[in-house]
Amino acid sequence: MTENQLLKVANLKQYFPIKGGFLGRTVNHVKAVDDVSFTINKGETVSVVGESGCGKSTTGRAILRLDEPTEGKIEFDGQDIVSMNKNEMRKMRSEMQIIFQDPYASLNPRKTVRQTLNEAMEIQDVVPKNERNDRIIELMETVGLQRHQIDRFPHEFSGGQRQRIGIARALSVNPKLIICDEAVSALDVSIQAQVLNLLKKLQREYDLTYMFIAHDLGVVRHISDRIVVMYLGKVVESGDTKAIFENPQHPYTKALLSAIPVPDPKNKSERIFLRGDVPSPIDPPQGCRFHTRCPYATDKCKTEEPLLEEKDSVMTGSHDVACHYAKDIQSGRHKPTYEMTDVRKALDEEGGDNESTGKELEDAKN
Amino acid sequence: MSENILDINDLRTSFFVEGNEIKAVDGVTLQVPEGKTLGIVGESGSGKSISALSILQLIDDPGKIVGGSIDFNGEELTDVKPSRMRNIRGNEISMIFQEPMTSLNPVYTIGQQLRESYKIHEGLGKKEGTKRAIEMLEMVGIPSPDKRIDQYPYELSGGMRQRVMIAMALACKPELLIADEPTTALDVTIQSQILELIKELQEEIGMSVIMITHDLGVIAETCDYVAVMYCGQIVEYADVETLFDNPKHPYTVGLLNSLPRHDMDQDELIPIKGSVPAPDEMPAGCRFAPRCPHASNICSQMPALETQEDGNDVRCWIYTDQWDGEKGVKVYDRESTS
Repeated sequence: MTENQLLKVANLKQYFPIKGGFLGRTVNHVKAVDDVSFTINKGETVSVVGESGCGKSTTGRAILRLDEPTEGKIEFDGQDIVSMNKNEMRKMRSEMQIIFQDPYASLNPRKTVRQTLNEAMEIQDVVPKNERNDRIIELMETVGLQRHQIDRFPHEFSGGQRQRIGIARALSVNPKLIICDEAVSALDVSIQAQVLNLLKKLQREYDLTYMFIAHDLGVVRHISDRIVVMYLGKVVESGDTKAIFENPQHPYTKALLSAIPVPDPKNKSERIFLRGDVPSPIDPPQGCRFHTRCPYATDKCKTEEPLLEEKDSVMTGSHDVACHYAKDIQSGRHKPTYEMTDVRKALDEEGGDNESTGKELEDAKN
Repeated sequence: MSENILDINDLRTSFFVEGNEIKAVDGVTLQVPEGKTLGIVGESGSGKSISALSILQLIDDPGKIVGGSIDFNGEELTDVKPSRMRNIRGNEISMIFQEPMTSLNPVYTIGQQLRESYKIHEGLGKKEGTKRAIEMLEMVGIPSPDKRIDQYPYELSGGMRQRVMIAMALACKPELLIADEPTTALDVTIQSQILELIKELQEEIGMSVIMITHDLGVIAETCDYVAVMYCGQIVEYADVETLFDNPKHPYTVGLLNSLPRHDMDQDELIPIKGSVPAPDEMPAGCRFAPRCPHASNICSQMPALETQEDGNDVRCWIYTDQWDGEKGVKVYDRESTS
């Protein structure tokens, strides 16, 4: 099992300081990623999902050390990359590449496709100079661009084509792992499907491993082997794609899945409405971070943090959940404390979020 | 058969750029039945938002409505006076936009902004306006509205801001609400709250809704009728069940086949080849022909939107007697997708 492991993230923490007050001292931290652990095996696609602000992109950036992680261990192919110096890390990045969400912003507008791809190969020195041109044409054809487009600038391409350039750039240095940070979210569905199919084809041909960061669970189900669900900087559930979609255990995962509109008018599922909004990661709730919105929360959830552990007895394979009551909810022994299928009642119950706003309001008045 | 509150006929809106006419909306005919929800679905650049803005007469230079009629409750909107139109906006037809932060004024409290519409449309004073504003905020599920009313937009979360937008749009109980991608910028758990809320308020107020979105899931959840737009034209129109059960236009089928589903396993997505043509490179005939897997000779001419036996209106030569391509072509293969 371990020799198959390509990436191992252990107890990763990423805190961003908030400067303020006298002399610009650090007054607090945004705890964007707080103690996250997971592994990715060779050749598989693991998706990290969650809503905005849950820390999924930060996790991806920390793995590439685009931001320096505050704490934790990241092993890539058996090597500890957190302790590497700048030069070693730059070499390492030829093995791990990233594709960003916005193909408009992530390409240099003043560089042609040839220059963009050449630059990547130059920096990593992967292909001898005289062979680079052939390699560029080969890459363009691999991602479905025409060879006559080689001297065009990004603005001459459509959004989908630009994303293909981004993919070609990532491939140019022969990486083992590609982190796709919302790589298809900005594209229209018909184009999105083209790019998803391309990514799948490339994975088969080049034996790639993907870490997919996405909020669209349709895309995630289609592309992933395993899924990691994050909420407010923590992993709340992880497991095989089938297990997560067909037998979700954590109340948050359940609510998330029930919230997605189904493109089938005859098949309207029962909705679970969560009260309130995601709390601030500056001062996350004690205990289980989801307790302020959870329909099943008890006093225990407010103080004791649940561990990520195997709780699913139905599905085999790996399936871990961080919830005190996962089993009892599943068996129906533990009942919800608010009417979670009525939107008005859920909205009226702003829960923990409301308390803090109430306090802020009082402060503001004094 | 219920009455239509809105009846759009052959609407044409063009933009005149550098001497060229770009036909953003090219002959759109639509009806919104009273109390129902009409969905307009399409990809970026299909003209769905421009259609909505045309209804409200909000097309600015270099854009212009160049033809067609928009009949709202018996009144022709393309030639009402600007003063009357101002009265219709917000009072009878309201609109909510995609980005709640940019549609709210950041330097006024939400109370001030809500009161403004009561002052303009109903001539209410501050005290009465505040009372109504609090009622409205309560209606959209904002907790402790009497405190929230004195807050500024930046103090609210994204979901709450969108709820304030809805409160504002519904302040004068409009007969028609146009929601332009109301949940696209929001997370799914918040999206489901907002969509459900719109649905409940629609029943309470008895208004009609035009839901503009690119998300077929949102369409299936919320709409009664659906118009599929491509490059400024309606290519298919049907009631929601017919459209999802029995899509007829190759573009509609392409959209459904390229959609990754979270509720079922799929082997392979079937994308639509190519991409949307640039506005100045529109094909003369059927606009979808260059990307269509079934395209034939006749597709170099523009097909008309015609009603089919099972109730869909389709703009495609395949369903006409003139079709010169493969006979009995299967546009939608149910087996391969479910």
